[in-house]
Amino acid sequence: MKNKSLAFWLFLTPVILGLGIVVVIPFIYGFIYSFTDWNGIRATAFIGLENYISLFQEDEFMNSIWFTTKFAFVAVILLNIFGLGLALIVTRNLKSSSLLRTVFFMPNLIGGLILGFIWQFIFISVFGDIGNLTGIEGFNGWLSTANTGFWGIVILTCWQMAGYIMIIYIAYLENIPKDLIEAAKIDGASAFQRFKNITFPLVAPAFTISMFLTLSMAFKIYDQNLSLTNGGPANQTQMVAMEIVNTAFSDNDMAYAQAKAVIFFLIVSVVALTQVYYNKKREVEM
Amino acid sequence: MKKNNEKRNLISIEVLGLILGLLWISPFYLMLVNAFKTKRDIFTGVLGLPEEWITENFVEAFIDLEFLKSLFNSTLITGLSVAIIILFSSMAGYALARNKSKLSGFMFFTFVAAMLIPFQSVMIPLVALFGQADMLNAGGLIFMYLGFGCSLSIFLYHGAMTGVSKSMDEAAIIDGANRFQLFWFIIFPLLKPISVTVGILNVIWIWNDYLLPSLVLSESNATIPLKMFFFFGQYTKQWHLALAGLTIAIIPVIIGYFFAQKQIIQGVSEGAVK
Repeated sequence: MKNKSLAFWLFLTPVILGLGIVVVIPFIYGFIYSFTDWNGIRATAFIGLENYISLFQEDEFMNSIWFTTKFAFVAVILLNIFGLGLALIVTRNLKSSSLLRTVFFMPNLIGGLILGFIWQFIFISVFGDIGNLTGIEGFNGWLSTANTGFWGIVILTCWQMAGYIMIIYIAYLENIPKDLIEAAKIDGASAFQRFKNITFPLVAPAFTISMFLTLSMAFKIYDQNLSLTNGGPANQTQMVAMEIVNTAFSDNDMAYAQAKAVIFFLIVSVVALTQVYYNKKREVEM
Repeated sequence: MKKNNEKRNLISIEVLGLILGLLWISPFYLMLVNAFKTKRDIFTGVLGLPEEWITENFVEAFIDLEFLKSLFNSTLITGLSVAIIILFSSMAGYALARNKSKLSGFMFFTFVAAMLIPFQSVMIPLVALFGQADMLNAGGLIFMYLGFGCSLSIFLYHGAMTGVSKSMDEAAIIDGANRFQLFWFIIFPLLKPISVTVGILNVIWIWNDYLLPSLVLSESNATIPLKMFFFFGQYTKQWHLALAGLTIAIIPVIIGYFFAQKQIIQGVSEGAVK
């Protein structure tokens, strides 16, 4: 198919229009608008970096970036531990292996919004009852402080996504030649040595993928945040994505929200590109 | 002796797995059990079984959710979006894979690079643009899903094209087929496995999406997540109804999972690993 051929362009037109109108044009416009006083309909003046200067001075926005970063850091570590752990369990020759895979993966198919509502019930009512029953104070009021709210979102996310990460690890674990493990066993390698010297290096590419996925997912989380804590108490558990949505559609401060969105894009891409670069380098070295 | 040890090991892993499995489904269990309770019964305690199993909650939630209508809206929007994503992305993946020019490489790179852009970064101008064009409706939403969904889908189709020999094209052209016949009757059927993967990944995402429909659709043509959001806001502190509503909203997904479990897990795995 040549560049000049009509068919080539006809095959590409729908997606070029789709990506162009839905992603590329709004992205470019958004970048330009972030330097103006755009109100969603028209912009009257270029105001330079004013939006950017004020957002770095806004406590609520900086707090949301810090909160999101903390969340991403914890979520990436826990999700990979759980994901790999569950994968190691279900790839053993167990009677319940396939049943367990089904169960661990199930929360993934249901939207974050619905899952967040279910966990709101767990954290408020179920935890409350457990607290009353056992007399342990720590179970009460889980969604009413910033700290427990943070862990609430972490627990929800781990429960939802661990099965997804598990699937990725399974794909790699099942590719490890069985005879390699057998040979190591015969040579007297302990279970820990086998894991460290055979399983771990062969599963390394899965780390690239799942760290990339969990990290970008953790930064972009919105539904779970909305339905579990709705940013509360006092916007202390509000993540960046929600901050942008609220600035735009509750405060109606469009240009300012768009400046936040540009910063958000920069953070997400820097994180993603560093991750890919670093992991590719390490894989080659190994 | 050693054999015995290994067996004992395996049993303890199995027990650990089962405990974790129970822990994993416990939120669903608690949701379901409490959805059968009266308001007073929930107030007394949420850990035990209902004093009396009632089904009124489900009836009321079903009516308030306008469930058949929301189910229809969700099905229509997801179905049409995924169909056009599959059709147009497979065409594009084919065209880009069969053209080795610099331009084609650049376009492929653009599609892949667009995956880096988070939704929130384009959301505000997008809604403004579609608002001005009077396209904030189901049709506009489906077009938006094509724009957001085509990148990953083209990437997957492009990868799958390496497994389709070029001699297929040549033979069909010699037989007098044009490009569209060639694609539709020869290439597209060969891409069926990756179409299943692309379909599954996009269905999961679009079916559950909340933020985009909330910005685009009015309440009268709300999808299930959108309707659920309104419903839940209406019934805070009335857990018996809220939980019944959540249960109903999940049922279509569970049914889908039950019938297509193997394909779903395989599709998700392929989509992530590639």
